[in-house]
Amino acid sequence: MFANTLLMCLREIRRNLLRSGLTVLGIIIGVAAVIVIVTLGAGTTKQVQEEIGKMGSNMLVLSPGGERRMGGAATTSAPFELADLTAIRREVNTLSGATPVNMRPMQVIVGNENRRVNIMGTDNDFSTVRNWKVTEGRLFMPSEMKSGKAVCIIGETIKKDMFAGQTPLGATLRIGKVTCNVIGVLEPKGQAMFGGDQDEIIAVPIAMFQRRLSGKTSVDSIYISANSEDEIVEAKAEVEKLMKERRNIGEDGQVDFNVRDMKEVSNMVQSTTGVLTGFLSAIAAVSLLVGGIGIMNIMLVSVTERTREIGIRMAIGATEREVLLQFLVEAAMLSAFGGLAGITLGLLGAAGLAPVLNVPFTLQFSTVFTAFAFSAMVGVVFGYMPARRAARLDPIEALRHE
Amino acid sequence: MTTQPLSSTAGPPCDISNMSYAGPVVAFDNVYKIYGKGESEVRALDGVTLQINAGDFVAVMGPSGSGKSTCMNILGCLDVPTSGRHLFKGVNVSDLDRDQRALLRRHFLGFVFQGFNLLARTTALENLELPLIYRRIDKKTRREMAMEALRVVGLTGREHHTPSELSGGQQQRVAIARAIVTQPSLLLADEPTGNLDSARSHEIMELLTKFNREQGLTVVLVTHEEDIAAFAHRRIEFRDGKILRQTDTRKPR
Ligand SMILES: Nc1ncnc2c1ncn2[C@@H]1O[C@H](COP(=O)(O)OP(=O)(O)OP(=O)(O)O)[C@@H](O)[C@H]1O
Ligand SMILES: [Mg+2]
Repeated sequence: MFANTLLMCLREIRRNLLRSGLTVLGIIIGVAAVIVIVTLGAGTTKQVQEEIGKMGSNMLVLSPGGERRMGGAATTSAPFELADLTAIRREVNTLSGATPVNMRPMQVIVGNENRRVNIMGTDNDFSTVRNWKVTEGRLFMPSEMKSGKAVCIIGETIKKDMFAGQTPLGATLRIGKVTCNVIGVLEPKGQAMFGGDQDEIIAVPIAMFQRRLSGKTSVDSIYISANSEDEIVEAKAEVEKLMKERRNIGEDGQVDFNVRDMKEVSNMVQSTTGVLTGFLSAIAAVSLLVGGIGIMNIMLVSVTERTREIGIRMAIGATEREVLLQFLVEAAMLSAFGGLAGITLGLLGAAGLAPVLNVPFTLQFSTVFTAFAFSAMVGVVFGYMPARRAARLDPIEALRHE
Repeated sequence: MTTQPLSSTAGPPCDISNMSYAGPVVAFDNVYKIYGKGESEVRALDGVTLQINAGDFVAVMGPSGSGKSTCMNILGCLDVPTSGRHLFKGVNVSDLDRDQRALLRRHFLGFVFQGFNLLARTTALENLELPLIYRRIDKKTRREMAMEALRVVGLTGREHHTPSELSGGQQQRVAIARAIVTQPSLLLADEPTGNLDSARSHEIMELLTKFNREQGLTVVLVTHEEDIAAFAHRRIEFRDGKILRQTDTRKPR
């Protein structure tokens, strides 16, 4: 019987193909929107996670400033010193490495190429902490570190753009007024989390950065990597405790630095995309609602149009439940078809948009399934009232209907 | 006889399918159908008592508004009397709910209407399969039964025509085929020839006569025309919701 009902409904939908199509337009748009949003959202999340994986998921960042603000500039709190770094290395034994990072964009000149590049004052530990290898040349030598010699390791983009892809080893470039020898090239890392090119960077010894570029002996931030992911919490606590001691902050004192782990960063990103996804999903939900009302409307019209048919069916012996089921299945089928069309459209849209937005396209079967189930449900919910009206018709009056 | 409630499952209502039942197919006992109240009260049926026996071929006649259709609707279990008893094969139909009456129609009744009432844009074959679908008859048997019924009414070759592609006479034959394909205990036809010319009307009546004679089909039909009523064996005349007279019109052999 159910198979027959399905067939009957299919026939009915096919009979009014154009009307059926227009009816489910709302559903199609709603579902397509949901699919695009969720697929791209999942892609972004995945990208962020990969990014964090690349950075090293064991990484902690120690930076000045009390507030836990993303990218918040250090306010009035005192900067760190190299002595802090030494202390961390000495005292905290859950670490596999700690490295100073001073960042500053500066004018870099190679021949007649001229551009602003992020200069990173650091030491060799950045390679382990940030999981960033040197593909050509070498890291800094202890003597270079100590004397603050003007040497640098450049990112892939600098090599490609400013050295035309030629090996830059032994060549020189100018950072501000300082002429620097290129001793190495970093492995490419690609796009950063929030756009921007991670490979457009030049690393120099921290001592050279302090003496010849910034003229200050401060350390802006310290990147730390824990031995393993399990030890992050412990490492974080240890670093916090040590820094409190070093900065003479008591139990209830105002903490003027913070230690963030990458999970927090990733959570922040996820909650941001989550808010966005939620907002857009609300719009999609509204469009599904409108789609549902469209279905209800057309099913009401259909019930009126087919009153006589309903009368015939009842005379022949259809029970209330069977009439109800017929119209309910028809509505559900209609919106499920809309759902399928929407899913197809949404996946195509997401696949098309993904490269444009620089987000990986990830097909999620759970999303597809949910969207389908949801659209069928919209049909059932909004088809119920018209179906009930059909089922409650008086057969005599229905047969007399013109 | 005790009336068990009709089950809403696939099978025919159990107490009605009782093969040993030998009484009249239908019995009306002082049936009233009253529309409206007080001043505007209309007594569409005003104390009707009648019996339809198995194998009967009855013509219901009477002027417009005399209660013929009202009577047919109650006979067809599409409606229930305001008072009085309507027994179908010994079961008091007033005791049944809507769905039980639907099941009763499904298993024991066939309808033919003046306006044919076929499903539009649906082929003759599909129209015939409809009552069989509700009876849960499997696809293969269904197809065979429908084809056979179409053959009997002389429409072989028109299986895949929709009503709009058939003449009025052909449509009414499809409707008759649909009514008899389930082998009902009672066929009800409210002015089945009302929309047809006299040649087509006679064809339809010959068909009904054939089913009545060959298969013992019980037929009740409403008509205004003498020549149509002449096909029947019994005539019930209504006037103002009452039975004016009943006459046996069976031709002596
Ligand atoms: N649903 C209804 N509500 C109120 N009055 C009704 C209703 N149905 C029928 N009637 C009235 O009951 C009476 C009998 O109607 P019915 O349809 O049975 O007549 P009929 O004999 O079939 O007439 P016709 O030959 O014109 O078809 C009429 O007076 C009619 O107006
Ligand atoms: Mg009438």
